Formats: sequence, C-alpha cells, structure tokens
Amino acid sequence: MNRQISYGEAIREATDQLMAENDRVYVMGLGVPDPKSVFGTTRDLSEKYGAKRVFDMPTSENAMTGVGIGSALLGMRPIMVHQRIDFLLLAFDQIVNNAAKWYSMFNGQQSVPMVIRAIVGRGWGQGPQHSQNLQAMFAHVPGLKVVAPALPADAKGMLIAAVHDNDPVLFIEHRWLHSTFGHVPEDMYETPLGKANVVRPGSDVSIVATSFMVIEALRAAEALAHEGIDAEVVDVRSIRPIDVDGIMASVRKTGRLIACDAAWKTMGFAGELIALAAEHAFEELRTPPVRVTLPDWHTAASPIAAGFYYPTAVTIANHVALMLGKSERDPESWALVRKAPADQPDLSFIGPF
Amino acid sequence: MTRSKYADEQAGTAAAPGLLAPPSPADSVSLWLYRTMSRIRAVEERIAEHYPEQEMRCPVHLSVGQEAIAAGVSAALEPNDYVVSTHRSHAHYLAKGGDLRRFIAEIYGRSTGCCGGHGGSMHLIDLSVNMLGSTPIVGNIVPIATGIAFASWLKNEKDVTVVYLGDGATEEGAFLESINFAALKSLPIVYVVENNFFSVYSPLDVRQPAARDVVGIGKNHGMAGARGDGNDAEQVYELAKAAVDHARSGAGPYVLELETYRWREHCGSAYDNDLGYRSVAEYEAWRGRDPIATLERRLLERGTLDSEQAAQISNAYAGEIDDAFAFARSSPFPDEGDFGTVFSTAVPGR
Ligand SMILES: Cc1ncc(C[n+]2csc(CCOP(=O)(O)OP(=O)(O)O)c2C)c(N)n1
Ligand SMILES: [Mg+2]
Repeated sequence: MNRQISYGEAIREATDQLMAENDRVYVMGLGVPDPKSVFGTTRDLSEKYGAKRVFDMPTSENAMTGVGIGSALLGMRPIMVHQRIDFLLLAFDQIVNNAAKWYSMFNGQQSVPMVIRAIVGRGWGQGPQHSQNLQAMFAHVPGLKVVAPALPADAKGMLIAAVHDNDPVLFIEHRWLHSTFGHVPEDMYETPLGKANVVRPGSDVSIVATSFMVIEALRAAEALAHEGIDAEVVDVRSIRPIDVDGIMASVRKTGRLIACDAAWKTMGFAGELIALAAEHAFEELRTPPVRVTLPDWHTAASPIAAGFYYPTAVTIANHVALMLGKSERDPESWALVRKAPADQPDLSFIGPF
Repeated sequence: MTRSKYADEQAGTAAAPGLLAPPSPADSVSLWLYRTMSRIRAVEERIAEHYPEQEMRCPVHLSVGQEAIAAGVSAALEPNDYVVSTHRSHAHYLAKGGDLRRFIAEIYGRSTGCCGGHGGSMHLIDLSVNMLGSTPIVGNIVPIATGIAFASWLKNEKDVTVVYLGDGATEEGAFLESINFAALKSLPIVYVVENNFFSVYSPLDVRQPAARDVVGIGKNHGMAGARGDGNDAEQVYELAKAAVDHARSGAGPYVLELETYRWREHCGSAYDNDLGYRSVAEYEAWRGRDPIATLERRLLERGTLDSEQAAQISNAYAGEIDDAFAFARSSPFPDEGDFGTVFSTAVPGR
C-alpha cells in the first residue's frame, strides 16, 4: 500500500508510536500542546498521553535542556521541541558541555538518550534571528548526533531511531518540508542514523545535499535530465555521524561533486563534504568540487533578498552545467519556473511564519 | 518629555493647540497619553488592514490593546533616555518618537526602512530618539539593556534605560542574571514587564507557578518595584515616573510589572479567539478595559476634551499614516549589494 502522508504528519505518527511503545518517552517544548501544536507535529498527543508526558514549558531553553539531560540520566527519553533552531543557541552550553560530553567525560558510565527537534525557518521575512541553519555548529561537536531528513519516510524512521538511540540527537526539520508528501509505512520502523541515501541514481555528477536542499537538488536533476545530463542526488540524512563510505562511493563513481547545504558557506558542512572528497576521492575527482550554499551574510527580512539569498534548483543546475563545461544559462531557460515567490514554498504558505 | 503632573488640565485649556498635529511636548501628560495611544492604535490597525495583501512579508506582532504601557512609560522618559524592546515593539518605538515612515518602510522590506530591509518588523531601531533596537529572541535584549545602563553608570551619565519584556521573557535565565547584575551595581534601568498573561498560546499557569511574583523576585535582589494596571495609561505614567526617577537618582534598578492583554493574534493581523486557547469572555472583559476608551472617558469627565475633540484626535493620524504607507510602497527595495556587509571594518579575507 502506498500511503502518502506529509513530513509533519510522519513526525507526529513517529512520536505517537514512540510514546505508545515506551512510557519513558515524553515531549516538551513551547507550544507543544497548544492549538497549533508545533505546525501540527504534536497534534492530539497531550490528549492521548496526558499533560504529564506532553507539556508546554517555561520560556527557559537553557535550563529546560539541562532538565531533559538530567532526566535522561535516569532513563527517561525526552523529546524536546523548538519552533526555531535559533532558540537552541540559548541552550548551547547544556548541549555542547553536557549532553555531548557526558558519556565520554565520565568514562562511559552513563549516556544521554535525548532528542532535540529543531525547526529551521525560511522565507516570509523571518529575518536574521529566526532563520538560521546551524547544523554545522552542532555537528562540529563530537558526541552529538545531528540528523536532517528530507523525505517524510526518513523523518519518521529517523525520529524513531533517534529516540531509540542512547546518545543525544539533534533532529533538524526544515519548515518548508513539513507540508511535503511522500510514502510512509504505517508500522514502526527505524531508518538508521549514519546512512546517506541515493535518492536519484545518476552517472555524470553527484549532487550531495542536506534537508530542503535535497528537494532543490531533485528538481535540478530533473531539469538536467532534459538536457541529457544524468545527475545523482545523494541525501546526506545524517550529518553526524556522516556516511563517508556511502557518500564517497557516489563521488568516486561520478568524479564530480556539488555540495549543497542551506547554510553559510564558510566553515560549513558543504566544505566538510569537499574535505572528505579530497581525502577519500582525490584520484577520481575530474573537476574541482563546488559548494552551493547561502552567502556568508545574515538572512534579511526584506522579501527581495529571498530571491538572491537562497540557492535553488536553478543555482544547482547552473553549477552542474558549468562543471560539465557548458555555459551558464539564463535562469528562465531551465524548465524550473516556480509558481510561488522566492520567500514562499508554495502559494498556500502565507506567513506569518 | 517629563512634565509636571497634569499641569494644564483645567477644563478647556489643554486641548486647544494643534489637535491634529502629532503628540507634542505642549500637551498635558494625559492628553499626550491619549494622543500617543490613539496614534499607535491607528498605525497598527492600518497595518492589520493591509497585512492580508501580502506585501508586508514578515511576521508582525501587534500591540493593539497594550498601548497604555508604551505611552505611559515614554511619557516618563527624557529624550536622552534609552529604550530597547522585543518582537512586540511597534508601540514602544512609536511612543519613544521613532520615525513612522521608516518603520512602515521596514515592514515593507524597503531600503528606506529603519534597518534598510534587513530586520523587518521584529527589529525596530531609531538612534535619533535613543530607541536602540528590538530583537525577537525572547529575553535576549534584557542583558543588552543592562549593558546600556551599565555604560551610563560607568560614564556617570544620568540617562535611564528602559527595557520592555513580556511575561514569557521573565522565564529566561538571562532576565534573572541581568537583574542580579543591575542590582549589584545599582544600574539606572527600569525593567518594564508587560504581563499579557500569554506567551503565544500558552497561558501563565503552564509556565509559572501561581505564587511567582516578578516584582518580588526583584525585591529579593534588593530592587525596588511595583505592579500596576497596564491598561490605565495615567497609572502607568505615575508608576513609570516613580521608577524612572528612582533609577535616575542612583538608587538602582526597578521592576515594573504591568498587566495588560493582547487583542489580536500573537503573530499576524487577525483575531484568533477561534483557536480556543483563551475564552471569549476573558477577551471581552479586557476589551471592556480598552486603554484608549478608558482615558477618553476620564478626559471627557474632566472636561479636558469634548467628544468632538476626542473624535478629531482619533482621526488626526490618518493623513500621516497614509503618507507613511505611500512612502513605504514607493520606496525601492534594497538591492543585492546592500546586503552582505557583516563587519563594520573592511578586512582582508573572508
Ligand atoms: C528564546 C526564544 N524562545 C521562543 C521564542 C518563540 N516566541 C516568540 S514570541 C514568544 C512569546 C513570548 O511571550 P512574552 O515574552 O510574554 O511576550 P508577548 O508575545 O506576550 O508579548 C515566543 C515564545 C523566541 N522567539 N525566542
Ligand atoms: Mg506575554
């Protein structure tokens, strides 16, 4: 049966199944039980599992992260939810100094099985403090797992795997993915952390992407196919641990790497992919790899900025063309015309956020 | 802007000059409060009216219903005093004298906006009136405000800093850490807590124990403080005046908790009682306490205004607002080259 549900619903279903399976799983976060239920991802859970296990929290991200860690030491399985990843910066200390280190710092006596869901905002004038993509900052820290699934089935499977996992996992959701649909099995299943996925096989170039950039990469690949270019799209899924073998197998095969990450360019994840290629696929590389990222400046609120700030399928397609020795093309000429303005994923998304 | 209490409020004398002009220092306090609130209301209602056109493409957090706090506190401030605020800063910015055109242009994302289109509605600033900025990360402006007050203290300057924050923001560690430092150094700062009983759709009782008292938290740090009716602009002014005088005198920081209520949705322009997170009865009760109508009744009773003059004031700002919207809409968007400068000093490399 090919059941199609949304990415947001996949997260809700995974949480529901996890809570039914283990009464030590609890969900906390600002707005978790409110009428909007974090874009629907926690809908009805407080009714089903009670306010003790599904609850709103004080606007105290730092302390509440520590509370989650502390409870995890006694066997609880907290899922903490943030409407914006930017709010996690208040809890950087607890995440970096405690959650990531507890296991090794105390010589493996205890681990921290905590999951922190963080939503990455984009568009509709979110501005500099509500739209950051901070995965590289977190993934830089040993001991912290960082995943960013792009497809609904992976959102479900990876959330389940993350909650089952005994280490702290940061689970990154792009706001524009919540309303995307895909096949998601009804049963409970795990999608392993640390495994990339070839979502579109190809032979000419490897477009390796994270989170929402996978969607852009797939669109680019489709347009490139019309031009006779056969692009492979690799969904990284797990930023850390990173599937070096899986990703490099693709790069070695095609000899060309486009590293896509919807985060800043400098010191970022796209650079990490290129470093890995230099270490593991140097012999096979046929052209210098390229990063497709945000520019190194802060998200501006003005809608006009969305048009040149965010890399899109067109950006990717143009880079592929250049890499294959073709000339850069007028964006219009790619059959990739968006119906929605650049600050909206589709016309149904009309803010305020 | 501080003036003697209700100085020129004998019947008939105050309301005469320049009713259609912006609120001016020549007004009595109460008249200034009334005009300032009416103007803020008119601006925000206009934003609400046009927001569904999808040309203001950024989140907006309206203060409709909460205007008395911005007006009352601003009336107690001197022009050189500093103000910073949160995601819900429109009223604070306007009451401090922030430029209307540049505010509306910012919401429209134009290069003429107060942040040149970088910030949107959640980042208002007008340095010409010492409105030093607003930020939407809950609580994170509070230490900044404390640092501004610290600089005044270090420089032996008498300017007072006011930081507006919500009831939710008092739950952040940064608030507690800030007041501790402010009390330690006796800084000239007033923490104005706008308690509208909600953080988004979450009522106070899921976030704070019933016994929690933010003024008491200040008192336990040796800070002075008071609680009051945030929908009574004159009361806010009296309380703010005492708080600001206290801070300016060198007696140290002050916590002012003012109870109020947001009428429209947390973020956006619509009403959201249909969501069911608060009761219509509660909402109606607060609408019955409209800060503008409350003060208007008093001014009519006192004979400061007659009803015709009150109506004139309510309509006085339409032209200015038309102009600001026209200015915003006709202003150019920034272009790509206007972005990307993240260092104030040119540096080699990246
Ligand atoms: C650190 C942080 N956590 C959460 C949010 C999401 N958020 C935006 S506004 C808001 C409400 C804050 O409530 P309060 O401080 O009472 O201000 P109000 O909106 O009621 O004026 C929240 C939780 C945020 N912006 N920053
Ligand atoms: Mg509030």
